[in-house]
Amino acid sequence: MTTNETTTVDTAAATVATLSAAARQASTAKRKTKRARFVHFLRLSSTSFTRYVILIIVASAILIPIVYAVLGGFKDNGQLVGDPLSLIPSPWVFSNYTDVMFGANAIVFWREALNSLIIAVVAVGLTVGLASLAAFTFARMVFPGREAFYLLFTLGLLFPSAVAILPLLILVRQIGLEGNLLGVALPQAAFGLPLTIIILRPFFKSIPVELEDAAKIDGCGSFGFFWRILLPLARPALATVSVLAVVNTWNAFLLPLILLNGADQWTLPLGVMNFSTQYVSDQARILAFTVVAILPAIMFYVVAERQLVSGLTSGAVKG
Amino acid sequence: MSAVKAIPRAGSKFRTKWLTIVLFLLPAVFVFALFVLLPVVQAAHYSLYKWNGLQPLDNFVGLKNYQTAFDSSIFKTAISNNVLIIVLSLAIQIPFSLFLATLLNRRFRGRGIFRLIFFLPYVLSEAITGVVFSLMLQPGSLVDSGMKSAGLGGFIQDWLGDPNFVMITLFVIISWKYFGFHMILLLAGLKGIPRELEEAAMIDGAGRLQVFRYITLPLIGPTLRVSIFLSMIGSLQLFDMVWVMTAGGPLNASNTMAIAMFKSGFKNSQLGYGSAFAVILFLFGLALALAYQRFVLRRDIEGAVTAYNG
Repeated sequence: MTTNETTTVDTAAATVATLSAAARQASTAKRKTKRARFVHFLRLSSTSFTRYVILIIVASAILIPIVYAVLGGFKDNGQLVGDPLSLIPSPWVFSNYTDVMFGANAIVFWREALNSLIIAVVAVGLTVGLASLAAFTFARMVFPGREAFYLLFTLGLLFPSAVAILPLLILVRQIGLEGNLLGVALPQAAFGLPLTIIILRPFFKSIPVELEDAAKIDGCGSFGFFWRILLPLARPALATVSVLAVVNTWNAFLLPLILLNGADQWTLPLGVMNFSTQYVSDQARILAFTVVAILPAIMFYVVAERQLVSGLTSGAVKG
Repeated sequence: MSAVKAIPRAGSKFRTKWLTIVLFLLPAVFVFALFVLLPVVQAAHYSLYKWNGLQPLDNFVGLKNYQTAFDSSIFKTAISNNVLIIVLSLAIQIPFSLFLATLLNRRFRGRGIFRLIFFLPYVLSEAITGVVFSLMLQPGSLVDSGMKSAGLGGFIQDWLGDPNFVMITLFVIISWKYFGFHMILLLAGLKGIPRELEEAAMIDGAGRLQVFRYITLPLIGPTLRVSIFLSMIGSLQLFDMVWVMTAGGPLNASNTMAIAMFKSGFKNSQLGYGSAFAVILFLFGLALALAYQRFVLRRDIEGAVTAYNG
C-alpha cells in the first residue's frame, strides 16, 4: 500500500517537468512526507476508530442495567411496563426515591444500611488487624512451622467457602451468636484472613532490616516496631487490603442469609432480595431501593478504585 | 559470674521471642481455625450421619449420604451446571477479557474511563445485580422489547423460565459482572511485557496476530493461568446470584452445588445429606486446585526461578 502511494506521488511529481531538478527534488520530498503523514494518520485513526467502537459497545452493555435501574426509579410502574425502552422518565416521579430514603420504607432501608455498616466495620477491622499481626510474624520472624502455618492460611483460598456453611450455623448457634451481627462479622473476618495475609506478607518483608535493628537499639520491642514503624510505613498496603475487605463484606450474601434470622438484622443485599419479593408488582419502587442500596458501593468504588486494582493485581499477578 | 548471668538473659530473650510469635499469630490462627477449618472438618463428620440438626447426632449411616447424592439426579444436574459455567468461562469469558485488556493496553484518550466502567460491576453485590437483571429479563420487559425493536423478536426466550436456557442466561450475567475483574488482572500482566519485544517482532515482519500468538500470549501466560484458576474456584462456589434470580429453578434446572447443598441442608433440614454435598464440593475444589497447581501453575514457579537464576 505504501509503495503504491509513493509511486503515484513520484509520477505526479514527474509531470511537473518545467521545474528545475533541485526544486523538483525538494517538492517531491515535501509531498512525500506530507502524504505519508496523512496515510499514517488515517491508518492510526482507523484502528483507534474500531477500538473505540468496540469499547463503547461493551461500555454500554455494562451501563445499560445501571442506567435502567437509576432512571427506572424515577418512573412509575405504568411507564416501566408500558414503554420499557423509553430512556427518560416522563413525567419524572420522585416518590420512589423519597419513600425509600425518607418515607414509608426509610426505616427498613436505614436499618439495613446500618447493619451492613456495623458488620463491615467489625469484620474489616478484625481481618486487617489480625492479618497484620500474623503477616508480621510470617514476614519478619524465623521459627519452626512458620511455612506450615502460612500454607494453612493459603489453603483457605483454594476451596469454596460455601463448604463450611452448614456446620458454621451450628457453631454460631452453640456460642450464642445466632441472630447477632457479631455472629456474621466474626466468620466474615475469618474468611477474609487468607487473602489479606497473602498480600501483606511480601510488603512487610520488603521493609529493610536495618530499620528494625535501629528501632531495637533505640529500645523498641517487637510490638513497638510493628506499631510505630511498620504499620505507618505499610499504610498503602493496609489501604489496599482494607478496600478489598470492605467490598467483600459489604456484598456478602450467603453468610448473613444463613446466620441472621430476623428482618431487623438483615443487611442490604438480603434486604434488597426481600424487598423485591415483597413488592413484586411495584417494580419502580424495587429499582429505587436497589439504586439507593448500591450507591455506597459505587461511591466507594470511584474513590478507592486505585487501591482496589492494586490489591487485586498484587494478590493475583504474582500468583 | 558473668556466664551465669548470660544464660538467664539468653533464656528470657528466647522466651520474649516466642511470646511475641504466639501473641501475634495466635489470634489469627484461632479465628481462622474456629470459623473456617473446624467447620470443614465438622462437615465431613456430619456427612456420615442422618441428622436434622436438632436431635442428637447418633444415627450413623456411613457413606450412605454420599451414595444417595451420587445416585440423585439433583446432584448430577448441580455438578454439571458448575462444570458448564467453568467451561463457558474458560472458553468465552476469559478470552473476551484478554481481548479487551489488549485493547486497553495502549495510551489513548478515555482509557481510564473505560477501565473504570468495565470494572464497576465487580463492586456491586451479586444479589443486588441479580434483582436488577431479573426485572430486566421479565417477559415483555427491557430485554424483550429491546430485541423486538431491533428486529430480533424471534430470538426471545423465556430467559429464566426455560430449563434449557436458564444456565446460558445466568452465564451471561456472571460474565457481565466478572469479565472486568479478569480484564484488570490481565491488563496488569500485559503492562509487564516490554513494548520493545512486540516492536522488534513487528520490525522482523510479524503480523499483529503473530505478535499476539508468539510474543504476547506466552508472556501473559502466568497471569492468564492465575485468572483461569480464580475463575474456576469462583464458578465452583456460585450461589448468590443464582439464589436471587432462580433459587435453582425451574425444576432444579439451575441448581449449583452450593444451591443444592443449601436447599437440602436448610430448607429440608437434612444436615447430614447437605454436608455430604459440601464435602464433595470441597474435594472437587481441592482436586481441581491441586491438579492445577501440579500441572499448570508449577511451570510458572519454575519459570520464575530460572528467570532469577539466569
